Amino acid sequence: MEGVQLSLISKERLEKMASMEKLRMILDSVKEGKIVVLESGLTPEEEAKLIEMTMLEIDHENFVGIEVESYPYKEGFFSKLFGKKKGRLTVIGPANRLKTLEKKEDLITALVKIGD
Amino acid sequence: MGLLLSIKKKFSFILRLFFKKDKMRIGIYGPPNAGKTTLANRILRDWTGDVIGVESEIPHETRRAKLREGVKIEVDGKTLTIDIVDTPGIATKIDFHDFLKYGMSEEEAKRRAKEATEGVIEAIKWLDDLDGILLVMDSTEDPYTQVNVTIVGNIEARGLPLLIVANKIDLPNASPARIKSAFPQHTVVPISALKGINIENLYRAMAEKFG
Repeated sequence: MEGVQLSLISKERLEKMASMEKLRMILDSVKEGKIVVLESGLTPEEEAKLIEMTMLEIDHENFVGIEVESYPYKEGFFSKLFGKKKGRLTVIGPANRLKTLEKKEDLITALVKIGD
Repeated sequence: MGLLLSIKKKFSFILRLFFKKDKMRIGIYGPPNAGKTTLANRILRDWTGDVIGVESEIPHETRRAKLREGVKIEVDGKTLTIDIVDTPGIATKIDFHDFLKYGMSEEEAKRRAKEATEGVIEAIKWLDDLDGILLVMDSTEDPYTQVNVTIVGNIEARGLPLLIVANKIDLPNASPARIKSAFPQHTVVPISALKGINIENLYRAMAEKFG
């Protein structure tokens, strides 16, 4: 069956992973053409690091970057006090396969391209 | 070392209250083509008489961060002295094919794309050495992009003072209100950097936020 592989990664699994381990796993999966859905998302710092790593791996032939979409960070009392923000549901895919059609505070609509 | 950096980031806003710098280093951030260099040039033209970089409709024209030190802005009798860092546009994807439609050769487009990827990394690295941010968004575009959300998240995580500049209000389909509703927790200043519309309001907001 032809199609696009989706990896849905649970919050529990993400919490057990170190930041670099998480980012490496995401980028390796996306470079293989997979779409990764993270239940608990990334922190803003992790997202910036992911962009940096993506830029280093763009080869201008097969991999031109990523498409990332997530809901905005939620700010609670402790995150305001300590500045630590937790990410929310995040979808990441190869830029040539995943295209965001619409993004609102509580709704993300995306298109996944199958095949070349 | 990591712990020290983390503590410094978390409490930087408190430190700033007690140890104000004589000179603030302000970064101009945003996605490609939002008008960052146009704004940097506008500020410099108004207060120093020169410019910092080339403005262009081709995305990723600025591929190296540019620093101009000691720009003095005078508003309502107060003087604000800042260093301005004009940063390359931040993006999650850079496809050289996008540059071909501007008449570039494939070789030229690929070179520009490679330089643009380096520019994105440089822009992100600069975040650790700044005292305040002007985040430029194009008022004619949907502001709710992941790049904007990620930049705002990183600025908030570092506790840096932020002004959102809703640029290009001279264009007919501009909607600074859309930017205000997407980022209600931050001050949004609608301007046209190209035409200089409302620029005095921006200088006033800068003096208040960064002064």
